[in-house]
Amino acid sequence: MKINELIESHSELTDTAASKCAVVLMTRIRLARNLAAQPFPGWAKEVQKRETRDQCMQAVASLPQMKRGLALPVESLDELQKQILVERHLISRELCHAKAGAGIVISKDQSCVVMVNEEDHLRIQVLRAGFQFKKVWSTINALDTELEEHIDYAFSPKFGYLSACPTNIGTGIRASAMMHLPALVISSQMEKVVRAVNQLGMAVRGLFGEGSDASGSIFQISNQTTLGESEEGIIKHLHSVLTTIVEQELNAREKLLESDPNKLFDKIGRAFGILQSGHLLNSGEAMNLLSLIRLGIDLGIFADGQRAVIDRLFIECQPGHVQHAAKGAFDPGQRDVLRAGRLRSEFAKVAAPDFNNAAR
Amino acid sequence: MANSLKCDLCSKPATVHLTQIVNSKIHKVDLCEACAQAKGVTDPSGFSLADLLLKASLNPEPAGDARCETCGFTSQDFKKTGRFGCPSCYGYFGALLEPMLETMHKGGTHTGKIPQRAMARKSLYERLTRLETDLDQAIKAERYEDAARYRDEITQVRTTTSRKPDA
Repeated sequence: MKINELIESHSELTDTAASKCAVVLMTRIRLARNLAAQPFPGWAKEVQKRETRDQCMQAVASLPQMKRGLALPVESLDELQKQILVERHLISRELCHAKAGAGIVISKDQSCVVMVNEEDHLRIQVLRAGFQFKKVWSTINALDTELEEHIDYAFSPKFGYLSACPTNIGTGIRASAMMHLPALVISSQMEKVVRAVNQLGMAVRGLFGEGSDASGSIFQISNQTTLGESEEGIIKHLHSVLTTIVEQELNAREKLLESDPNKLFDKIGRAFGILQSGHLLNSGEAMNLLSLIRLGIDLGIFADGQRAVIDRLFIECQPGHVQHAAKGAFDPGQRDVLRAGRLRSEFAKVAAPDFNNAAR
Repeated sequence: MANSLKCDLCSKPATVHLTQIVNSKIHKVDLCEACAQAKGVTDPSGFSLADLLLKASLNPEPAGDARCETCGFTSQDFKKTGRFGCPSCYGYFGALLEPMLETMHKGGTHTGKIPQRAMARKSLYERLTRLETDLDQAIKAERYEDAARYRDEITQVRTTTSRKPDA
């Protein structure tokens, strides 16, 4: 598979939105793993990093899960290609900035990704649309076990899987869910939720991870501790916290509908109007408008089938995707015009909102 | 005067003053802007680790000058980056590491997945090396009965490893 084929093909995240739990957009688990015999990427010499990369890429690409996937050194990608992969949550921004020696292996369906020589030698990641921790864990666990056949991992009975940063040792696991929480944001309860989640030892981040804002009312919630608890325990704990947040969000929606439905309908109706007729939309505004439409779908105001379209637009409204679709280099102002154009044509096809159908 | 405080790390004038209560003890840290940035203090999500690192550098540890024999990484390097140099570092920086783990994680000992196959491979490999040394010594000492036994064991271990190890 070539990078361009991958960019053109639809991804796991945008095309399998048949989820029972609409609040959770995506489930993701990553494992940090390292070779026993090499220094960590941040301390390794370039020659060592290349050795590590050759060994890891070969082992990973030979796995049946990665068959007909993509395996590339990061330096062979141009800036736009890297940005597109970041916008699809396939690789980290840190990997984009990695100097020589970094690599990626992506499965054909874009659900499994292995980053080589990011902060650790191997960052194995599996993601799925929807709320699917069981499935994601069994997939990544199998992938890891198979990889162990080919690679001697750095492992200590006391500290578990060793990793460059001591915050990741032990299981090396970070499980996270991307959640759409518009009602908690509208009713200004998000701050309270963030504080409670932090106290439980979990982290809340924006759509694109550390330091990104929460445009579109999308948040990533993940475990922070990795040592002293089993993988299953960590996932179970996170799962129960996330379930509570889903309940909170649904309660908040009900309250909004009860207390002042016109205020909520006005927001959703205006969002629809702007998406149908706007001519200048930056990505933050587009995300926030799409978020309101998604809320409208959950409430029954728009057809259920539109949710997959919105989830795809969340990603395709990002600057890299807009630039790629229009084939050329554009400044942010020009991108806003292109983005609005794309959304206008998309929303011309969407049936008008039916506010009488809002579930109460 | 408050504005004459110096940065705890580089002794430039401090402009960032932090007070944090950890385990009901007050910790005060004064930093210049550059060090605050470098330690990620301005980034709320990276902060608790930064605080731990600072504490480690403020209270001089007995293991202050530890050095990893495998990769040459020093505790100073760790204080700068918050990352270790290689897997062996975990064996050399225990004194620096253990107090940090307490606040960083739920426990100090791994209870999760174990790479069974890799561990089995490693122990077989170690056993093989040991047997080979024993064999050499037995031959040198002309203990031929022992040597024959070692040789048989080596053959046995080799056939086990060439088969797919079932973990």
